[in-house]
Amino acid sequence: MINTYIHTITGFIEKTFVITEFELRKLRHDFTELITRALQPALWLLIFGEVFSRSGMMHTGNIPYLDFIAPGILAQSVLFVAIFYGINVIWERDLGIVQKFLASPTPRAALVLGKGFSAGIRSLSQTIIVYGLSMLLGVNLNWSPLALLNVLIIVILGATLFSTFSLIIACIVKTRERFMGVGQVLTMPLFFASNAIYPTGIMPGWLKTISHLNPLTYVVDALRTFMLAGSTSAFGLSHDYAIIFFTTIVLIVIGARLYPRLAT
Amino acid sequence: MSNIILEINNLTRRFGVFTAVDALTLSVNASEIFGLLGSNGAGKTTTIKMLTTLLPPSSGEAHVAGFSITTQAVDVRRTIGYVPQAVSVDGSLTGYENLLIFAKLYGLPHREQQSRIREALEFMGLTADGGRLVSEYSGGMVRRLEIAQSTLHRPRVLFLDEPTVGLDPIARDAVWKHLADLRTNYGTTLFFTTHYLEEAESHCDRIAIMHLGKMAALGTCKELEVSLGSAGHTLNDVFVHYAGSALDSGGTFHDVSAARVTAQRHG
Repeated sequence: MINTYIHTITGFIEKTFVITEFELRKLRHDFTELITRALQPALWLLIFGEVFSRSGMMHTGNIPYLDFIAPGILAQSVLFVAIFYGINVIWERDLGIVQKFLASPTPRAALVLGKGFSAGIRSLSQTIIVYGLSMLLGVNLNWSPLALLNVLIIVILGATLFSTFSLIIACIVKTRERFMGVGQVLTMPLFFASNAIYPTGIMPGWLKTISHLNPLTYVVDALRTFMLAGSTSAFGLSHDYAIIFFTTIVLIVIGARLYPRLAT
Repeated sequence: MSNIILEINNLTRRFGVFTAVDALTLSVNASEIFGLLGSNGAGKTTTIKMLTTLLPPSSGEAHVAGFSITTQAVDVRRTIGYVPQAVSVDGSLTGYENLLIFAKLYGLPHREQQSRIREALEFMGLTADGGRLVSEYSGGMVRRLEIAQSTLHRPRVLFLDEPTVGLDPIARDAVWKHLADLRTNYGTTLFFTTHYLEEAESHCDRIAIMHLGKMAALGTCKELEVSLGSAGHTLNDVFVHYAGSALDSGGTFHDVSAARVTAQRHG
């Protein structure tokens, strides 16, 4: 009894990593992706960040504005790439790839989580870019190995969370055209109703409430705490971690339920 | 002990008010090559999707190698192979990698993975191309790789949806030669859909003709030709007789565009 239970769990983890491994193998031939991923965070930090930093309009306490938004821009760039991840799934559905995987004995949740993890690992390229830019701009980064490890974990989890959300949208809308529309409608509200480029303290009450329901807020808070030297969490790190974990698990479960819809 | 590997009982699938498959009942013997014919929209693909556990039936039941498609879906999936109509291998991976991922997903023992992949590539005549990206393959090679991928785990039943659509006659013959070898060497049962009559005639042990979701005819090609009465009928006459009245059908927009995309990529 316990043996079959353990067998199921190890099988699930193994299959998840098989999916992740092959998603990453596909990257070998697509280096342009890494360059396009670098562009957006560079624009936000170098232009938006510099201008608002000089204006002195944003009150971010004892942290300089550029330091404040560096983790926010990392989270934003992870969100923007992950939220369009579902388009790949629709592409694979229009071919017969999704159908073939679904006709194999692979657990549905392993198919969904494996894809999510691969999106997470792909996001590490943005992490390197944002760290590089931050160094150039003189952001006061925390280089302790433990802090860096936590940043990596949060980035992977955050990308897994939003790419799984994206996969769920793909399972519902099923066509590329509708998916692009929905994706574009969702990204900006998720970004602006968060603490990525301004503290929630200066928001009107209704927006503050929405931002507290937005998982991106907790990703940003955790990243800000670990990335910056001498920064403290607004919500508490265990709170951040708990919300990110819980949301990811809920989305994986929903994604695993909806994924077979793509085969019909 | 019965020799029946696939047993379909009153299998029905409705989409809203439209009944795509209507009380289909049918048995297929082990190691049989069985063709499901019908015009576009007759319910062939919906039938295959139910048998491969991709689509739950609205009512009715089917058993593959004794496993129920509704209550033992995971066991069914372990027992079958499936080659969808559209391209189902990944162009951004090599042929070898496409096989390796399925060897791992089907849980083949680690020691056997390499030898099985080598054997499958050789069996499908792809040994020299295993290391190339699939996006560089020709249509016939893609189909053979898909069949290799779906048979790595030695399924007892292989389901193929329009396996030769969009292929030129030479590639088509090569695919059929390899499919026939599968049965000879491994005793694999082949269940496939097609609307190429000559293909059904030269390769199938038995065929069923579907029309508007119902089974219109079942038997060997000879039996069906004789069933029309007076001598000298061809399978073409049989097809027109049983499925000829539905020229207005043609599948949904999605089906048609998927088929065209497939044909384009294979061609």
